[in-house]
Amino acid sequence: MDAPHHKHDHQVIPSDPALRTKALESLLVEKGLVDPAALDAIIDAYENKIGPRNGARVVARAWVDPGYKERLLRDAGPAIAELGYSGAQGEHMVALENTPAVHNLVVCTLCSCYPWPVLGLPPVWYKSAPYRSRAVIDPRGVLREFGTELAEDVEIRVWDSTAEVRYLVLPERPPGTGNMTEEELAALVTRDSMIGVAKIAAPRGVEA
Amino acid sequence: MSAPDLTSLPSLPRDDEGPAFAEPWQAQAFGLAVRLSAEGHFTWKEWAAALAAELKAAADRGEPDDGSRYYEHWLAALERLVTRKGLTDTAALAARKQAWADAYRHTPHGQPVLLPKSSS
Repeated sequence: MDAPHHKHDHQVIPSDPALRTKALESLLVEKGLVDPAALDAIIDAYENKIGPRNGARVVARAWVDPGYKERLLRDAGPAIAELGYSGAQGEHMVALENTPAVHNLVVCTLCSCYPWPVLGLPPVWYKSAPYRSRAVIDPRGVLREFGTELAEDVEIRVWDSTAEVRYLVLPERPPGTGNMTEEELAALVTRDSMIGVAKIAAPRGVEA
Repeated sequence: MSAPDLTSLPSLPRDDEGPAFAEPWQAQAFGLAVRLSAEGHFTWKEWAAALAAELKAAADRGEPDDGSRYYEHWLAALERLVTRKGLTDTAALAARKQAWADAYRHTPHGQPVLLPKSSS
């Protein structure tokens, strides 16, 4: 449907929240409380550069390098920093290893705490009330909705993020990937697998 | 890649693997909170608490929280926190918002929108 066709002799007035954001930003910048260049750099980083790809590289490294994996599971922050990614808010990072017996699922029941430096910005569903409440009450049901069926004897551990602690799931390496390079492996790693709502499928042509 | 099909879920909205900003102002509001915290105007813990309070207030009002209004709550929390911290006040925010609306209203299409020097 076309927007009402009136003559644009002036600019389209932005929405209420857009105007409020402009008001806030311009006031704070004027007072010297926010550096506009630093602000742009953050937005650019989260929008374009950071993203689940950082986390995927961490996971792939852990799959191919047992020493790195050990460091990652022992203290994730420094291990992640080894690859050049560091926390924006300095929160403590914890890596959780999925195994055939244990499946980890990450949520933030309070708001939307999320490991931004490795996963970028949280997806809309991660911030929604249904996910925030149901991940704790009925994790198996939530996983099923993401297409993730776990055997009854698999233990599901749900981790509630806070302002201080963020979690990154280390998913299981899929079968049939023994000959793949670290880079090829990283390409298999999905954001959802690092939140714990999905497993990583075996590459095409490989039977699980 | 086996992206799960979630289109059948009425209550669990999701997006692609890209950034979760629906509009540019959301990214702007996001960056402001991150930057103000990084500059030490409030701690990230204070920010998380302010945002959680706003989300809870929305839920208490009976608003459907499917994530779609998330950044509106984010913005409200940010306004509240910067006001409480004395970085600015509600009157200044309201006046500045009006000034921006006027500037858009009076700027011919195709020209950059600038605030008049007098507005503060």
